[in-house]
Amino acid sequence: MKRYAYFPGCSAETVSASYHLSTVETGAKLGIEFQEIEDWNCCGATPYTNVDELLANTLCARNLAIAERTGLDVVAPCNACFKNLHHANEQLRADADLAEHLNYALEADDLHYGGTTQVHHLIHVFVRDIGFEAIRKKVTHPLKGLKVAAYYGCQLVRPDRGDGFDPAGPTYFEDLLRAIGAEAVPFPYRLRCCGASLMIGQRRAALAMVRDLLRGAAQAKADVVATACPLCQLNLEAYQQDVNREFGTSYELPVLYFTQLMGLAMGIGPKKLGIGTELVSAKPVLDCVARKPAAVAAAAAPTAKVG
Amino acid sequence: MYSTLSFADEISNEMYATGTRGLNCCIQCATCSAACPAVDFMDHTPRRLIGMINAGMREEVLNSNTYWVCASCYACSERCPKEIKPSELMYVLKRYSIWKNRYRSDMVGPEFSRRFVRTIMRNGKSYEPGYAPAFIFEGGVQGMLREMQFGMKLLAKGRIPLVPSRIKRLDNFRRMLSRIVPLEGIE
Repeated sequence: MKRYAYFPGCSAETVSASYHLSTVETGAKLGIEFQEIEDWNCCGATPYTNVDELLANTLCARNLAIAERTGLDVVAPCNACFKNLHHANEQLRADADLAEHLNYALEADDLHYGGTTQVHHLIHVFVRDIGFEAIRKKVTHPLKGLKVAAYYGCQLVRPDRGDGFDPAGPTYFEDLLRAIGAEAVPFPYRLRCCGASLMIGQRRAALAMVRDLLRGAAQAKADVVATACPLCQLNLEAYQQDVNREFGTSYELPVLYFTQLMGLAMGIGPKKLGIGTELVSAKPVLDCVARKPAAVAAAAAPTAKVG
Repeated sequence: MYSTLSFADEISNEMYATGTRGLNCCIQCATCSAACPAVDFMDHTPRRLIGMINAGMREEVLNSNTYWVCASCYACSERCPKEIKPSELMYVLKRYSIWKNRYRSDMVGPEFSRRFVRTIMRNGKSYEPGYAPAFIFEGGVQGMLREMQFGMKLLAKGRIPLVPSRIKRLDNFRRMLSRIVPLEGIE
């Protein structure tokens, strides 16, 4: 049993509850316990850094300090939460004056941060700490024939954190999809930004960025886009109709979290994975999974005879 | 006699304070502009903006929409051959323009950012419907109605809660933040 201090992030309680559910469910299958950080607060997203960098770091420091008491590594499922917590952690470790300043603030909540916590993104935990082999072993319903565009997004890979994950040409997302039996289609825009919070304030720019991503995935003949970030999911999926209206396109491409696809491949029921709360129906994906048991049995039968 | 700091010095100093390089080593190669996925919507490309800062064009820089169109994806920072981090520069310009209260009046970013900061100060967590009024600056009443319709769709799927979530130790949390900045200044 592997345990982590889990930072769900604000969206886990709202727009991305399905990511949260599927994370906990797939984690349990793989022997991971996500222990929610007690009384965690918002990571600050981008607006805090827009207004005051010190305040932004203070928000993250509180979460790191609470997590440090458990002695567990922090895991964040959201690209932006991960980036903020990781960035603040690096700054606090490198700058003793900053740490002293923030610890003075943390005293108000009876906290102190000693700089010993590590911060990881959820997908990195699955591919590095659990590994493809262990994941493959738990697959009962391989997603055979399902074409998936692996969408990393930006803050998962950038800035380079020197942690062994290649910021320019990563392949672990595609490898993970292959481990659950899916086909990872070539998706040139996999590291490009979804527009993030530009959807508020720079709507046309954000919609155009989403359009480019949808076009790339459609050209790659993807049945579904897999994401590792609530904001990527929201922009690509919930704003898909707005893109169609703005540019006269007719995309109807499901966008699911990689944990939902993993869960389906491991035989977890769609409801338990939060599937059904999408604005673009995930039915094509479910149909593919529904076909599976029979197909797998048929494929396995001759082999059994030969053996 | 003290000489006053130039605009280019001010911005580069802010860059140093965030632990990145200043702008004086920019070679104007435009790798940042080529890497930017939002460049088509900027009135000045990141390369040109850096050139304008170095040339002391303060007014033109602050009147630019470029830094509010940056989505902070770090594509430029990853590729800059001189290891300048243009994505940090955009953050620096956002903060600078908010401090000086000098940004283009049609920019939603400053108001949205302030609203977001206030929401977290009050709840400890984010609550999306609280930002809706920021839309009125962009799309007028029509834009706000469009966002409300969008919100209703998410609400129907159970993806937006009716009441904001709050952290438990909110009083401590607020005292913590007030040790960094006076809350009256922001709320």
